[in-house]
Amino acid sequence: MKKALIAAFAAAVALTGFVSASWAEGERYVLVSHAPDSDSWWNTIKNGIALAGEHVNVEVEYRNPPTGDIADMARIIEQAAASAPDGIITTLADFDVLKGPISDAVDQGIDVIIMNTGTPEQAREVGALMYVGQPEYDAGLAAGRRAKDEGVTKFLCVNHAIQQPTVGERCRGYADGLGIDLGDAMMDSGTDPAEIKNKVLAYLSANPDVDGILTLGPVSADPTIAALKENGMAGDIHFGTFDLGAEIVQAIKDGIINWGIDQQPFLQAYLPVVVLANYDRYGVLPGNNINSGPGFVTADGLEKVEQFAGEYR
Amino acid sequence: MSETAQVTDLSDERIKEMSALRRALIRPELGGMVGTVAVFTFFLLFAYDSGMFNAQGVLNWSIVSAQFMIIAVGACLLMIAGEFDLSVGSMIGFAGMMIAIFSVTLGWPTWLAIILSFAMCITIGAINGFIVIRTGLPSFIVTLASLFILRGFTIYFPQTIERKTIIGGIRDVAEGDWLAPIFGGKIGQPVFQWLGDVGVIDTFERGTRQGQPVVDGIPMLIVWAIVLVIFGHVLLTKTRFGNWIFAAGGDAQAARYVGVPVNRVKILMFMFTAFCATVFATCQVMEFGSAGADRGLLKEFEAIIAVVIGGALLTGGYGSVIGAALGALIFGVVQQGLFFAGVESSLFRVFLGVILLFAVILNTYIRRMITGER
Repeated sequence: MKKALIAAFAAAVALTGFVSASWAEGERYVLVSHAPDSDSWWNTIKNGIALAGEHVNVEVEYRNPPTGDIADMARIIEQAAASAPDGIITTLADFDVLKGPISDAVDQGIDVIIMNTGTPEQAREVGALMYVGQPEYDAGLAAGRRAKDEGVTKFLCVNHAIQQPTVGERCRGYADGLGIDLGDAMMDSGTDPAEIKNKVLAYLSANPDVDGILTLGPVSADPTIAALKENGMAGDIHFGTFDLGAEIVQAIKDGIINWGIDQQPFLQAYLPVVVLANYDRYGVLPGNNINSGPGFVTADGLEKVEQFAGEYR
Repeated sequence: MSETAQVTDLSDERIKEMSALRRALIRPELGGMVGTVAVFTFFLLFAYDSGMFNAQGVLNWSIVSAQFMIIAVGACLLMIAGEFDLSVGSMIGFAGMMIAIFSVTLGWPTWLAIILSFAMCITIGAINGFIVIRTGLPSFIVTLASLFILRGFTIYFPQTIERKTIIGGIRDVAEGDWLAPIFGGKIGQPVFQWLGDVGVIDTFERGTRQGQPVVDGIPMLIVWAIVLVIFGHVLLTKTRFGNWIFAAGGDAQAARYVGVPVNRVKILMFMFTAFCATVFATCQVMEFGSAGADRGLLKEFEAIIAVVIGGALLTGGYGSVIGAALGALIFGVVQQGLFFAGVESSLFRVFLGVILLFAVILNTYIRRMITGER
């Protein structure tokens, strides 16, 4: 038992090494996301705030609920408020749950910027300074209109985040852009790559008249690419996706994916830090919300995207 | 076993002499106590000035710990009775969603929605127990099935009825309800207002709540946690039924021979676990005003981890509710404390694993000291 205790003590000492020197001088901003640890897309956000922190010389922290449970996220926002930072940057993944904690933080005198998920209206309602992101429905609508011009008549929307209503808005917007009813075209794919791949294969063989696919992020896009390669529809069927990643960029290059909609997460992380720092230091604030997307990424001009995919893009 | 544990005569030559100090120290929850002291020492050293120990910070980790405690009490008693319930997390999501569907979608009174959800979930708990008893299958498998079934319905119902997976607006329909405040209310507001007025607690600087204290009461969630822990502890250590729980988990066959109604005890414990999960869900739904299909994900493991940190034996027959409560406290304080200490949040699982491992090793030594096994 003595040995165990000594080992425990040694481990505790070793672990304190990870406690960053977080109480340095200067402003401190906390970014709270709703993403589970498993979502690699948010890596760009982490890199984005880290770079912003370096550039404007402030301290930044990234926080998220490990399982993606929004109720846990509410606790993290309350925690962040209790630690009295200069500003909080957060998503509005579930307005009902997060409204209370966020407006409490605002009332406590902490500046809040809503990024990524949520709407400009909701951001105003909780008392945030602004909203930085890509309005989901509008982005889906733009994608749907473009797909219609490119000849899509019946589609499948692969939704890997069915529990998040805002993500589903992309499918709804896409259907409206095409001018057809969503019906049962939205698939609850789950997040396991093998399951997604097989569900897509099954759906496409059961519905041979589907001529367009929309995936909502790398989690659903990567297995869908594999599925299309397997059943030989790669390059034949119209394929659009939200967000970018290494696999998606390669597929755009290979002609499997027609375009990726980049909401430019880097800007969603980088800009709020810059905005907050300048607001705290000089009292200047842009007069409107910032739309970080949508930007369509096609096979032309992929070089920068490819170089920084998964890191800053 | 038909009477509560008798105070044994100390001069009995069959019982080994033991000093009073040793007897007071060597108990199932010792590991939890050591861990609690260690964890608080750690965070007092590394996160003292981070806001973790001001009123808002204390409330923050207390709420998270209380959440763990509520499900840990149920899981602890069930584990001592020799069974597992892996459906706790799904049950939380399911119960919350049922309340939302009954009260918001169907427009029934909130009190009726809450009572109906409790009835449904406790019934599902009883069915879990009944299947385990009747088939003799490991509860691990049976409740794993319920985990999937309940989670599936929790996504399917709202998706079919409302075309979305989060149902909001519960706070509005619960307005003025008599039962809702018992789960979502707060107590002690006047005390906190006074503390805010005299400056002990910070007050809001702006907005509609200006002048009000940032902590304006103790949420009922914490009250529920304390009540359940006390209830569980008394039930386990001071009643005949408590002895039955130990006996059912220790050696079910031997317990049957001496007349313990093992089946009834186990089924009741499954029902109690379901009750605890529903309390958790109701508090959450009433506080946040919405039910989501992903609520409670992985909470079953968090409950089991808290119970194991608290010294209970996975195979049943041994454990302590106070230990489980301390395990929940450690869990909650570590989870939120790491944020306060500014630790990279992806390291949370590393800490959790390390703590779990050390707790189990320590608990094994303590148990050997108590039971004398080798």
